[in-house]
Amino acid sequence: MSDVALALRQVKYENRSFWRNPASAFFTFVFPIMFMVIFNLIFGSSKYSPFGSNATVSQFYTPALMAFSIITACYTNIAMGVVFAREEGILKRMRGTPLPPWVYLFARIAVSVMVAVLLVVIIGVFGRVFYHVKLQGVRTLPELVVALVVGAATFCAIGLAMTSFVPNVDAAPAVVNATIFPLLFISDVFIPIQGNGVLTHIAAVFPVKHLSNAIIAAYNPHTVGAGFKGNDLAIMGAWAVAALIVALRRFRWEPRAQS
Amino acid sequence: MTVAIDVKGLRKSYGALEAVRGVDLQIESGEVFALLGPNGAGKTTTVEILEGYRRRDAGDVSVLGFDPARRERAMKARIGIVLQSTGVEQFLTVSEVIEMYRGYYPKPRPLDEIIDVVGLNEKRGERVKKLSGGQQRRLDVAIGLAGDPELLFLDEPTTGFDPAARRRMWDAVKNLASLGKTIFLTTHYMDEAQELANRVAVISAGVIVAEGPPSTLAGREAAQTIVRFRLPERAPALPRSLKVPTAARDGLIEIEAADPVTVLHELTGWALEKKVELQQLEVSRPTLEDVYLKLTGDEAEAAE
Repeated sequence: MSDVALALRQVKYENRSFWRNPASAFFTFVFPIMFMVIFNLIFGSSKYSPFGSNATVSQFYTPALMAFSIITACYTNIAMGVVFAREEGILKRMRGTPLPPWVYLFARIAVSVMVAVLLVVIIGVFGRVFYHVKLQGVRTLPELVVALVVGAATFCAIGLAMTSFVPNVDAAPAVVNATIFPLLFISDVFIPIQGNGVLTHIAAVFPVKHLSNAIIAAYNPHTVGAGFKGNDLAIMGAWAVAALIVALRRFRWEPRAQS
Repeated sequence: MTVAIDVKGLRKSYGALEAVRGVDLQIESGEVFALLGPNGAGKTTTVEILEGYRRRDAGDVSVLGFDPARRERAMKARIGIVLQSTGVEQFLTVSEVIEMYRGYYPKPRPLDEIIDVVGLNEKRGERVKKLSGGQQRRLDVAIGLAGDPELLFLDEPTTGFDPAARRRMWDAVKNLASLGKTIFLTTHYMDEAQELANRVAVISAGVIVAEGPPSTLAGREAAQTIVRFRLPERAPALPRSLKVPTAARDGLIEIEAADPVTVLHELTGWALEKKVELQQLEVSRPTLEDVYLKLTGDEAEAAE
């Protein structure tokens, strides 16, 4: 079997494992949809002033929760799943087979990206059907796609890098959630942050805000032209490169808790 | 006979600790070889160097003609590794998992055969999560067999098993041996080594201290027979010709006998004549475990 065929085959098994695992299926897949429903039920029809007098809060939450979907499907799911596989000895076992190591990691990343894409589509359709949230015409579609692709790559890389900072399975949820939740609150994902306070400056350092802002741009009625957010994309890209370097240097295939 | 594993002067240190201090091993194809030793003796380090998980500091190592440190795919295609840790994809079924691993190898063994060898036929549609500990361990072995390996590493295959499960695992290993596979086994259990291995080596403090077939290890076949019994209170003194008992353990008298037939004849004759009951009479030869404990004694106690 060629390596490409092996990789596609591995995606099939990883995909099956993902959907059969109640924890990953729930936290990764149901969570963003649940937030989508709750936030929209609470705030959906209120006016959202930064977008102008005609815009509703759903017009903010639709793109913001697309960002959240990418973060849970890529960052949280990869960081937790890979730490679990490493500590269980699954990675070590894989390493003892002729399967090229990249095939295994590729399959995990591919499944995460597929889940992210599925969530983005569901959230987009949900916003459109129930709250009439639309893109700013076809002109912002390329910007949306680029933001999603760069975001997914960035958060997959950060997820892989983060595994090297998690010493064991028990620590995984704490480390992974503690690193991401504060950022989700200050980075225009759960709550639109207005003004130019301290939190805005802190959030500007991390990639979460840049992902949400890049996606929101595609839905913002004030966006002119294609709406490419070079700055946001560049900062995400820098995080992706840094994370990739960390992952390449620090990634481990063997359980850390035992040794 | 071709050589499956050839190790000369293997050394490995972790910081100041010298885990392996010059190990030589030669294992022929088709052999079932057991490496015995207490925890911390260098057993796992040695095996993991052979499997390609760890790098050595010095020495020559050849596994099926490959240098395992290079982690070549061609080598991995011809070996099977059953590790101690039992992580398997929890949400796939038994046959899905085996099928997944089969796909990684150029010439996998047929699925049904693998399931048969490890005796998981009734569980093939069951999710891994739902298997008992013993069944998961047999699945580990099944995965190790997926590629139809010439050489199989089995690291403590029956630790934590109940006696029936151990027997089943032993049958599976014997089955593989009968197919001509080379098996490199590590175990804590001497009865397991005795039952399965053609040849054993004992590693202690990073060096091989004894090597040979289990029946003759460390001069076991030449060692003296021990006659053990307990005398009732107020029994008459033993005849002088029996020599003074060499040791008394828990009130038991032990006589080391170079010529057990004569000693037993004399002892039982004396007991019949004097009408003395020889309580718990027992004649034994040193077991593999006795030999092993003697060889590793200090270290094994230190590790406790």
